[in-house]
Amino acid sequence: MTTSSHTAAGLSRRTFLAGSGAFVLGAALPARVLAEAAGAGEGAAAMAPAPGTRVAAFIEIGADNAVRFLSPFVEGGQGIATGMAQTVGEELDVDPSRITVDYAPPGPDYLVVNGMRLTGGSFSTRSSFPVVRRLGATARDMMLRAAAARLEVDAASLSTSDGVVTHAATGRTLTYGDLAEEAMALTPREDVALRDPAAFRWIGKPVARIDVADKSRGLAKFTIDQVVDGMLFAAVVHAPYYGTEPLSLANAADVKAMPGVHSVHTLPGAVAVTADSWWRARKAVEALDVTWSDPAPSGIDTVAADFSSAAMRAALAASTAEGVSVEAEGDVDAAFAAAAKTVEAEYDAPYLAHAQLEPPSAIARFNADGTLEVWLPNQMPDAFLKLCAEAGGVAPEKVTLHQPMLGGFFGRHFTYGSGNPFPQAIALAKATGRPVKLVWSREEEFKMDAMRPLSFTRFKAAIGADGMPTAITARTVGEGPLGRYFGAAPDSSMVEGITEKPYAIANRAMESVALPHPVNIAFWRSVGHSMNDGFYESFLDEVAEGGGQDPFALRKALLAQSPRHLALLDEVERISGGWKRGPYTVDGTVRARGVAMASPFGSETATIAEVSIADGATKVHHVWVAFDPGSVVNPAIVKRQVESAVALGLSAVLVEQAVYENGQRRDANYDTYQVLRREMMPAVTVSIVESGAPMGGVGEPGLPGVPGAVVNAVAALTGTRVRSLPLANTALSGA
Amino acid sequence: MFTLTINGDAREVDVEEGTPLLFVLRDTLGLTGTKYGCGIAQCGACTVLMDGAATRSCQLPVEAVGDSAITTIEAVETDEVGRRVVAAWIENEVPQCGYCQSGQVMAATALLKDTPDPADDDILYGMSNICRCGTYNAIAAAVRQAAKA
Ligand code: FES
Ligand code: FES
Repeated sequence: MTTSSHTAAGLSRRTFLAGSGAFVLGAALPARVLAEAAGAGEGAAAMAPAPGTRVAAFIEIGADNAVRFLSPFVEGGQGIATGMAQTVGEELDVDPSRITVDYAPPGPDYLVVNGMRLTGGSFSTRSSFPVVRRLGATARDMMLRAAAARLEVDAASLSTSDGVVTHAATGRTLTYGDLAEEAMALTPREDVALRDPAAFRWIGKPVARIDVADKSRGLAKFTIDQVVDGMLFAAVVHAPYYGTEPLSLANAADVKAMPGVHSVHTLPGAVAVTADSWWRARKAVEALDVTWSDPAPSGIDTVAADFSSAAMRAALAASTAEGVSVEAEGDVDAAFAAAAKTVEAEYDAPYLAHAQLEPPSAIARFNADGTLEVWLPNQMPDAFLKLCAEAGGVAPEKVTLHQPMLGGFFGRHFTYGSGNPFPQAIALAKATGRPVKLVWSREEEFKMDAMRPLSFTRFKAAIGADGMPTAITARTVGEGPLGRYFGAAPDSSMVEGITEKPYAIANRAMESVALPHPVNIAFWRSVGHSMNDGFYESFLDEVAEGGGQDPFALRKALLAQSPRHLALLDEVERISGGWKRGPYTVDGTVRARGVAMASPFGSETATIAEVSIADGATKVHHVWVAFDPGSVVNPAIVKRQVESAVALGLSAVLVEQAVYENGQRRDANYDTYQVLRREMMPAVTVSIVESGAPMGGVGEPGLPGVPGAVVNAVAALTGTRVRSLPLANTALSGA
Repeated sequence: MFTLTINGDAREVDVEEGTPLLFVLRDTLGLTGTKYGCGIAQCGACTVLMDGAATRSCQLPVEAVGDSAITTIEAVETDEVGRRVVAAWIENEVPQCGYCQSGQVMAATALLKDTPDPADDDILYGMSNICRCGTYNAIAAAVRQAAKA
């Protein structure tokens, strides 16, 4: 990070924009990585300490032959630790099950995602795959050379197998652990050969996850499980209205006298208590009688006393501001003038909480030597380190981060200003002179979590006399996280999933209109794709209906020139037993199906959902996904990730919504904030298609096809086209 | 001061009445395998066995434990059913983030102790733990496998 104009995300804008094209489009990789992937060799410049090249920063081998890989990416359920172990193990020649994978500290060695470092954007595997392979191969070569020197033989006469070097002619063996010290002192070679993919033993195979045993035994340690000697526990209560401040405490002395209480504090937008246990701290802070400043009485510029989701949605729909073109092709006006029919519709989707099951927490400790240690969950270490230094008033080099695995994230653990607890933990550690562990209660988390933005899009389409669409326009109003945190303008995170569609509709005019949200907004699994693909695919079914077309047949016709998409449609048709829209009857319930496609994060999906209606609510019976990420490292993990993304997509389309009423969030906990429960989970069938296209993302792309497929199935079944999510807000009746 | 029976051992804890067992386990006794997710008996992350039955420890005041035997995830494999459940969890690679899984394993163990050969509906309605990572189908498969093991 080289510039000083920090955004809220703690990154300089210029640093981000340098790589923004790749980040936004999710297509391009850094030139050096591409060169490596193409086998072009690294060259002297690349072997300078460029990110992803210094073996010692990534691979540690103990005298006992234990292997540790320092990963640029945090494990939060997506299986990236296993993927890293497979990839480095393949080239290093060490069984992945023997490799410990830890989240690497901040630092320039790990900036392997377009010169940045983040776990997100479904970037982890595709951005690092060639880099990690090369690290493994380079390290193995150093082992061979060290062994050759020790045994006084030619390196070519040596072989390796699972961390052991063997000289076949004499039967002598040395473990990597025996050789590690000498090997790591060698100069890495720039031209090591990578393993022939045809000979892969672990890459591309359903290798067992390395983290499931500990997680099945309760042994995995998350941030919330960390303990530091002598620490105080802290609990906070945030202002009832976002952006208001504590003015006075009526009973601070009484609260201070409660059992175990150490101290009472006011913080920006919050009050806090430290105590000798978290429960005591929480009871005490919730007993504080606080006078808070007043919110603005009205409007959407701030979270005013009358702010509501409904008012925000109305403002987005009512906007008459001129938009910025984000996609323009052909002559839309002429197409509409010549149309046999036009279709128009408005779509919206609500704010959403991340609702990851681990409530956020942080521990801060100032040491006698002037250093600051912070334990926190994060998806972007360098940004967090910088903000910790600022919050603690110490130089960045005096800060050490401890970064446990994440109890779910889905975009929760980027830097969101007041949406992260670590600045409070640091402030309390400073004020008390003690290490402080701050845990947000679920209620405080649901009050302060930065949210997937509420979104709104108006579509129009022109349909020709043959029933085929000739033009489509979209006007999206609102704000996305790339605009807020990284200054992207126009903000692709608002319109991704509406732009760059593969369908052959000749005339297109898509625009976006910036209208900021007063609330804290966030990246949420699949970001703009989480709602936009559903909007588009639902509207495409309206276009099909307007033109008298079957929605599956219309998609095939519009994709006639795209073999990759046709192959996915064929595959999803095959695994679902043939396309049938319905309604039809199965086991006494009337059902129907919907189809939707999406092209998120460099991957392609085709999704079919089967639904029925029971008691006015949508029941999803089965979801089939044909998924083409180009190529995969671990098919078992990929299938589970797609299933996980399907579950979150179902949650969003069926029941989930973070609702503002009267300036406050309505739902404080899982009793009223609805998420997908076991009884809502359908059968999920995933088929991976490895087209050989450049490697795409995995963690997010399973989601965006789901809302459209479900909404389209509901429309097929009930005749009701639901354009405002979630479906739970609309009473439905079966066909 | 309360004396609790945790994983077969008598443990004295100096906390006041009303303290949920969850925080006694996690913060007083250092048994962090049991998780805090919601605090209002909604998510199941805090599930322990109380005399063999699945119990949400976040809503169980310490004084209500009495002489009951509490089993946490740390000791679940000392139980034959619990051992089979953990083995099935690992073999089926159930966990994703893993945060809900201590509670899921405890709930599954209690279910199988009570209903050794559960029908699909027994799993559906007998385990209401939330998994935000959406591992519900893998959980059901693991429960069925553990039942047959
Ligand atoms: S923490 Fe007890 S049920 Fe959620
Ligand atoms: S595995 Fe993440 S919440 Fe269940």
